[in-house]
Amino acid sequence: MLDLSKYQSMGAALKDAVEVFASEVCLIEADRERENHRLTYRQFRDAAMPVARALQDFGFGATDRAAIVMTNQSKWLIAAYAIFYGGGVLVPLDHKLTAGEHWQLLKHSGARVLVTEYPIWRQLSVASERSEAHGLQTIVVTEAPPNVDLAGALRWENISTIGNSTGDPQFRLRTRSDLATVVYSSGTGGRPKGCMLTHENYLEQCAALTSLYPFAPGMRYLSILPTNHAIDFMVGFFGPFTCGAAVVHLRTLRPEFVREAFVKYKITYVSLVPLVLKNLQKGLQARFEALAPGKRKIFSVLVAVNKALTHSRPRLGLSRRLLKQVHQAFGGELRAIIVGGAFTEPETLQYFYDLGIPVANGYGLTETVVAVTVNNLKPFRADTVGKPLPGMEVRIINPDAAGIGEVKVRSKTVMSGYLNDPELTAETIVDGWLLTGDLGRFDASGDLQLLGRKKNMIVTEEGKNIYPEDVESVFESLAVKEFCVMAANYVWPQQTMVGEQLILVLHLEPGQTLTEGLCAEITARNNRLLNYKRVHGVLVMDEDFPRTASMKIKRNVLAEKLSKLARNGVVVKL
Amino acid sequence: MRTLEQTTQEVLELASKHFQAAPGSLAPDDDFFKKLGINSLQALELLSRLENHFSIELPDYEVQGVSDFRTLAARIQSRL
Repeated sequence: MLDLSKYQSMGAALKDAVEVFASEVCLIEADRERENHRLTYRQFRDAAMPVARALQDFGFGATDRAAIVMTNQSKWLIAAYAIFYGGGVLVPLDHKLTAGEHWQLLKHSGARVLVTEYPIWRQLSVASERSEAHGLQTIVVTEAPPNVDLAGALRWENISTIGNSTGDPQFRLRTRSDLATVVYSSGTGGRPKGCMLTHENYLEQCAALTSLYPFAPGMRYLSILPTNHAIDFMVGFFGPFTCGAAVVHLRTLRPEFVREAFVKYKITYVSLVPLVLKNLQKGLQARFEALAPGKRKIFSVLVAVNKALTHSRPRLGLSRRLLKQVHQAFGGELRAIIVGGAFTEPETLQYFYDLGIPVANGYGLTETVVAVTVNNLKPFRADTVGKPLPGMEVRIINPDAAGIGEVKVRSKTVMSGYLNDPELTAETIVDGWLLTGDLGRFDASGDLQLLGRKKNMIVTEEGKNIYPEDVESVFESLAVKEFCVMAANYVWPQQTMVGEQLILVLHLEPGQTLTEGLCAEITARNNRLLNYKRVHGVLVMDEDFPRTASMKIKRNVLAEKLSKLARNGVVVKL
Repeated sequence: MRTLEQTTQEVLELASKHFQAAPGSLAPDDDFFKKLGINSLQALELLSRLENHFSIELPDYEVQGVSDFRTLAARIQSRL
């Protein structure tokens, strides 16, 4: 792998990587059972150079921002390479957002270039919000069918022939403190939180992570999480590329083809969100339960033996022999499943570990690139999120008698701030420490345990951060005196990160009651939200909400008032 | 050859059957994530069912960003 301490920028490291590992396989893109592309690092470079040259011909300069809105595929990484080569700042956006949300973030980020896919552009191009994104000058669309009108966008296949220049584009050197990306952690409904991450943030994070979970030529990472996600961007692009490993993209995420890909491509690592990991667990459990009683008994004994022999550390070779069928179903070369984006229940983690499949469980935030702590597997601990990675300082602020307090982080991976939001930045980074808003404690062995949140938000099993303020608009003009949405565990701390829910707090007009009609109206409006954004219950409060001079709800004061009420007695389930 | 209306109706029927929604409770302009309360994995299940029913291949990326039955039916129609 490259010695990342010697590099000033991601672009410089990637530029060297494609030369050092020129003949190694770098990318495989498959669509169901068909393989679309297989590129070596040299071929990847050859594909990216015309894109970088075209961007420069269009006037895209160092420090300019370019957004990518694409599903996982080879052109995502080719475009990212081209952007970094030209010294640009990458804005990776979640392709699952709505067109309106995309335009909101494109405008907020100040992106000058957008690279997207035709099915996504088809929705984006007709959205009314497009007219407000004045700074966006160049739109490049991949996979556009011949003869369709691209509504002012350029075809990916044509861009290299539009510019005037020839030969290699100019490589633009950046320094470690320069901005590399703007990554939105959440807040599409109200206050976009664009984390400004530097080249140093990424270089340091990559070195720390690969010291525990190394990549090497010949290894293959299956890219399932969206590449805009902090985890996949690191372990599905920058990490494997700087180590000469290969990334496998699937153009479908149907379970049957994902299963095939593990075997066909002999996958080494994969990243999943807890929801998918749990689904995988259910699938495996169902298959084991369907075994004949005799076979099931033998299997249980083998799992118990594996569990005993891997108590202190993973022994992959041994586990692969003992539980051959399980490991063959995963291709036989899987070293670990990386899980993240949300809290994973210990029972699920332990289930996979007992099968001889280590799960790299950790803790991190977009504000720190990706990971702050990771389980080092020596020994595996399902009940913690591991120890701080090299270079990460983690402290507990004002711990209570049980050692629990807010987690704060100081490291070279902490973002420089939120884009266009100095106020929020000042609240979040204090004296060089990032205040995470998560509650935790260190156990006797120095492993971090997470035990709830200090901030008013929830994280779903799909890894979605939901801020109550962002879902309130659906209840606007509800016939009540006032209302707001709160995270239940913020009001009534539970010392857990699972089962987080939102509740709707109502203050009714004098003489008004929570009628069936009002509940039906709330339910109808609630159903307009995506399922993971919905409120789970209603609480009626009989006094005015505490507010600031500018009439904003003082949510911390409100939470304190509500916390005095018994949750089970006051929350009406929807 | 089915008309777009027929295709839309078949999509609605299949979705309501698969996710056990009351017959006739789904409309072409409904957002299927919201109306059925399903997540992205369940939406993939629906796509697989639709592929089998219509005997077509409907790539995930082709329906990226599509969330209403009418548009979904139109994407299917273009592949029939």
